[in-house]
Amino acid sequence: MKFALVDCNNFFCSCERVFRPDLTNRPVVVLSNNDGCVVARSNEVKAMGIQMGEPYFRVRSTMNINKVEVFSSNYTLYADMSQRVMSTLSTFTPEMEIYSIDEAFLQLSDLDVESGIGAEMRKRVWQWCRIPVSVGIGPSKTLAKLAAHWAKKHPETGGVFEISPDDRHIFKEIEPVDVWGFGRSNASKLRAHRIYTVDDLIRADEEWLRKRFSVMGLRTVSELKGYCCYPLQQVQQPRKSVICSRSFGHRVTDLWELREAAATHAATAGVKLRSEHLVAGSMTVFIQLLPFLPGKEGFRSLTVSFPEATSYTPNLIVAATQLIEQLYQYGSAYKKVGVYLNDLAPETEVQMNLFHRPANRDHQRTLMSALDRVNLKHGRDALIYAACGVNRGWEMRRELKSPHYTTAWTELPVVKAGGQA
Amino acid sequence: MTVRVKQVWKVDASKRLELPLANATVQAGFPSPAHDFSETSLDLNNYLIRHPAATFFVRVQGESMKNVGIFDGDILIVDKALEPYDGSIVIACVDDEFTVKRLQIRSGRHYLVPENPDFSPILLEGDMTLQIFGVVTHCIHSF
Repeated sequence: MKFALVDCNNFFCSCERVFRPDLTNRPVVVLSNNDGCVVARSNEVKAMGIQMGEPYFRVRSTMNINKVEVFSSNYTLYADMSQRVMSTLSTFTPEMEIYSIDEAFLQLSDLDVESGIGAEMRKRVWQWCRIPVSVGIGPSKTLAKLAAHWAKKHPETGGVFEISPDDRHIFKEIEPVDVWGFGRSNASKLRAHRIYTVDDLIRADEEWLRKRFSVMGLRTVSELKGYCCYPLQQVQQPRKSVICSRSFGHRVTDLWELREAAATHAATAGVKLRSEHLVAGSMTVFIQLLPFLPGKEGFRSLTVSFPEATSYTPNLIVAATQLIEQLYQYGSAYKKVGVYLNDLAPETEVQMNLFHRPANRDHQRTLMSALDRVNLKHGRDALIYAACGVNRGWEMRRELKSPHYTTAWTELPVVKAGGQA
Repeated sequence: MTVRVKQVWKVDASKRLELPLANATVQAGFPSPAHDFSETSLDLNNYLIRHPAATFFVRVQGESMKNVGIFDGDILIVDKALEPYDGSIVIACVDDEFTVKRLQIRSGRHYLVPENPDFSPILLEGDMTLQIFGVVTHCIHSF
């Protein structure tokens, strides 16, 4: 039995390229929320020395000179493409764990691996979704991840690499910082003990490892030796909370704007909740202050429990606006507001409250399902609560966003039926 | 033979699965003769899309395919999982743009042929797998 890690190369950039054939082999970057910093780079951009997380304003002129194509993040597109990649991979085996938006572990038989399933997966994902992937294969998840890293760094592998615990010459070339589950801080601890490569790490004393890095560190090293300690996690954990938060497009000092933002996030969280037939038992609202006032930076938050678990938007908006009014301090500037919904339960399992007059749930449910259906059909903001605001001056900047090519009828990619007459 | 329970899952009541019940009320009288014939309703997605993960919609601009019934403004259903063959209607990348044409293979050469006498065919050079985006399976035309 073997594991494969399939990892999409420069995923956000690759998504931007799917419907833009003119961007093939051209430098592409994707910026974070609010167009703040670089969150994805194509290989051409990496070669220019532009780092991950670099603030946009600092590299803007370099990118202009090099004709880099710059995009605001288009999460709608990335989520849709991710789902396509994952569902393409699931045609190979149902034994699959979606690890992140652009990575999945698959459990494979030795026979599958010998017959070249790695190259086949890479080919199919490219043909079906036009997303390039790297495939790493090994006897444990940690080794599969390491192999994928190697495949990505070494084009001569053709994007597919199988690693075995005997590949010492490879382990000698990889630093512990690149091992899954071994953070940067651990890596510097290792350097202090003259452990510079994965090969050094594998040969370190187990007892010493356990003392210094706990049983987790020891497990990681066992995985590097080829023992499987982390099985595939296929059953999705039931959702524990719903989170909606966004940075503001500019600094916000006004309670009015904060209240609109909190109400908008509460309403969005309500839609998510209802789409999964859940109700929330409590709500937390947090705000992040702008850090340039010394001693005042950081997060502040408040939580309220609902008398009866709910997914009814008016309840959520009332709670969120009340919390934000208590959190607000005149004279502070804010960067971000967010709404968490916690203590989730299926809507069919609501606990009645003895001291609370029961709400007319049927009425609420009918109203909300009508609201959700209208917004699904006519666009997400077709019907909104006035508390969420109409102008939304606080909304984040996404000036360079590409179209929703795969999720909006009005934004489909265009194909030309023309040519030489 | 012994049967061991490996894992127990909680019932997930948060999702609904809708099944056709066909008015199956319990009656004391004569059962409905139509009862055994109930089926699901017709789903266009089922009919038109074989590989959902690999299927994309694109919008047509131009008249070069009007003789096969592909007009300006139509929506094409493109299945990227299908291998293009001689005669397929395909989406190809030509000069950094997507174009819709009929693929013709003549003595090993690939041509993109318009379906309108006012336009001329294009010879595809280089790696065809890089240039063919997908195969058109259906056209949605509104009147």
